[in-house]
Amino acid sequence: MKSRERIKTAMIGNHAVAQAVKMARVKFIAAYPITPQTIIVERIAEMVERGEMEAEFVNVESEFAALSTTMGAAMAGVRAFTATSSHGLLYMYELTWWTAGARVPVVMAVVNRAIGPPWNIHTDHNDILTLRDSGWIIAMAENVQETFDMTIQAFKIAEDPKVMLPVAIGLEGFILSHTAEYIELPDQWEIDQFLPSRDPDKPYRFRLGEKFSIGNLGEDANHMMLRIAAMKAMYNAKKVIEESDHLYEKIIGRGYGGLVERYRLDDAKYVLLSTGAWSGTIKDAVDMLRDEGYSVGLLRLRFIRPFPTEEILKTLSGSKGVIVFDRDISLGKSGVLATEVLDYVDRDISFWGVVAGLGGVDVSSKEFASIVKGFVGEVEREGFTRRETVYYLNNEVFEI
Amino acid sequence: MSREIIVKKIDIDIDPTKYLVARPKKGAAGRTGLWRTFRPVVKLDKCIDCGICWLYCPEDVIFWEKGLKIKIDYEYCKGCGICSSVCPVKAIEMVREEE
Amino acid sequence: MNIRIRIDQIPKESYSLPGNAACQGCPHLIGLKIVGKVFRGEATLVIPAGCSSIIPGYHPYTSLDMRVVHVPFASAPAVAGGISRALKIRGENMGPVIVWAGDGATFDIGFASLSGSAVRDDDIIYIVSDNEAYMNTGVQASGSTTYGARTTTTPILGKRDRKKEIDLIMLMHKIRYVATASVAYPLDFYEKLLRASQIKGFRFIHLHSPCPPGWRFDDDKTVEIARLAVETGAWILFEYIDGRLEISPPSRPYRDKSRRKPLKEYLSAQGRFKGITEEDVKIIEEMIDQNWRLIENLMSYFK
Repeated sequence: MKSRERIKTAMIGNHAVAQAVKMARVKFIAAYPITPQTIIVERIAEMVERGEMEAEFVNVESEFAALSTTMGAAMAGVRAFTATSSHGLLYMYELTWWTAGARVPVVMAVVNRAIGPPWNIHTDHNDILTLRDSGWIIAMAENVQETFDMTIQAFKIAEDPKVMLPVAIGLEGFILSHTAEYIELPDQWEIDQFLPSRDPDKPYRFRLGEKFSIGNLGEDANHMMLRIAAMKAMYNAKKVIEESDHLYEKIIGRGYGGLVERYRLDDAKYVLLSTGAWSGTIKDAVDMLRDEGYSVGLLRLRFIRPFPTEEILKTLSGSKGVIVFDRDISLGKSGVLATEVLDYVDRDISFWGVVAGLGGVDVSSKEFASIVKGFVGEVEREGFTRRETVYYLNNEVFEI
Repeated sequence: MSREIIVKKIDIDIDPTKYLVARPKKGAAGRTGLWRTFRPVVKLDKCIDCGICWLYCPEDVIFWEKGLKIKIDYEYCKGCGICSSVCPVKAIEMVREEE
Repeated sequence: MNIRIRIDQIPKESYSLPGNAACQGCPHLIGLKIVGKVFRGEATLVIPAGCSSIIPGYHPYTSLDMRVVHVPFASAPAVAGGISRALKIRGENMGPVIVWAGDGATFDIGFASLSGSAVRDDDIIYIVSDNEAYMNTGVQASGSTTYGARTTTTPILGKRDRKKEIDLIMLMHKIRYVATASVAYPLDFYEKLLRASQIKGFRFIHLHSPCPPGWRFDDDKTVEIARLAVETGAWILFEYIDGRLEISPPSRPYRDKSRRKPLKEYLSAQGRFKGITEEDVKIIEEMIDQNWRLIENLMSYFK
């Protein structure tokens, strides 16, 4: 019986990703530098060249080449990883659809960064959200520990034959990627128990004598069926995500709740919704508000795709009011999460869609608490309120 | 007259290879012999068994065995005429297809 | 490496199957046929957007009896590099990974990918089957279209830009193998593929592929036009291997300018040069002379 050594240490988010890539026994990484992702691939390059990691690391000439090469390697049966941000993701965008469409189980870290112009290296969530129609599973981490755990689990989810979809893991640039936090690293043996090696023959059998073509033209109906099949794979992913979470908890001792995390929601009259690292700050606001007697809790979306429909329906029904915090915006409509959640908010439940923190603007826990107080105040005064899009900036909540 | 459609639930195969993977087969674009306006006709007595038409045929519809000269698969021959053009002794003639 | 192949030594099995969607007289088919026979179908082709995306016909069937991965337009060499490295990691020996691309993907949209892959010395054979325009989308000018040629986007004046010197660019990447070939000389192409397959790293072969509908000539003339290109000196067959640059046997007579057929014979056989001005013909002739001078000089540089 091998002795298990769990290591308690501190790490920045980017190093946690690199460590997870190493412990997941990834065999192939291709990458291109972009702030604030670069440290992930620098760390991986170092580990590979030191012999600490048995993998091939390839420097490529652009993000477009990074995902092309990673997709090629993964198609040919090898566990593969890449990382990017913002403009890099946009540059490889064509390949993101091809990778998901071809159902290739790649895992990619997206260190969330605002999209220009103007040039801006601070965080918001718009970059990873550009993947939301493509077929990529989209996960968002809150802290360094979850970043590590999510990356390990991503490979298990992606490679599950009931799924076979690529997974993108978002971590807020600088806030999570460059901040050191406490982390407990599992023993390699435990990771190996949780995550066996990749089956190289799924989904494509690259073996001597096999003759096939991937992706030539066919009937239009075939194309539609491919999309619908991917949709079914997304639905399967919901169960697979939960199963992975339970298995991880069983072997390694940490569980998160699957598609969503429920924070102080059990008796909450008012429900807050968010995703990503700033949810940690919102949790502080929830604690503050609870201390002052407010009945409020946070539903944190760990996964944006597949969309946690059932969990959201269950949580929102019976509540008095819902605030969705969007660190992103869909110009011409509203915040992305607000748009997607609004469908599940009954007509008689109050609602605010708050867009904040774009371009990296910091929102403190006190400010979050103030916003919630403003919402609750309006509901108590008017009896009901519905504002699809409000903005928070410079200590003010405003509409335009 | 249009009919009323009732919604049903179906089971679907999620395996991507079903929708994306194709296997090699002759006639993957149909019976291309039907494209012909002219067909190559070989005068075997003139043929010198050099194999040059076989080498150049883009469709690979010419069978050549040294000693046995050539045979053309008219099921798929598109009638491009390259065989006739490259034949060093002009043993292949392009003849208009009858309807 | 002295590899000479006789016509009767070429395998009889077919790996580019009949009943495909290519036009009558398509040169890509001649190229694919040779590639298939050299490797007996044990190769992985990575095909970016272009005519060869359509040629294999409809799913669930394909006319290519090899492993084929269809990929986005600009991505082929990068994907091929990934596949090649993955197969090596897995210890699988499955024949070469070959990019089979058109000139659009190679000279223009995939140029960065091409260069990056060569710099990384990805272990692939890159074949550009060059029909000198974006043919699949209906004959638009590409970086490979020759000066003076008419296309739908250079419809009246003919192309004013030069053809990009892709072979020289690839030579300057200091890779181990660069060659030109032509569908008029399939045995030469066959031998070049054999020699390339013995070398590791990034190998580049530029295959001249005259296109009947695109260049406007009758579909039985494909091989004749390709031959004329060589015989007028417009297309130079050469091979850079083992640190030496050699003119290939079919082009050797035309090192002597007096032995070249008149350029007009090549140009007048193609509708895309119809009505070309005397001045432009002279410019093309000068370009051809320049190319020969450059190749001769490179031959002595790479001794």
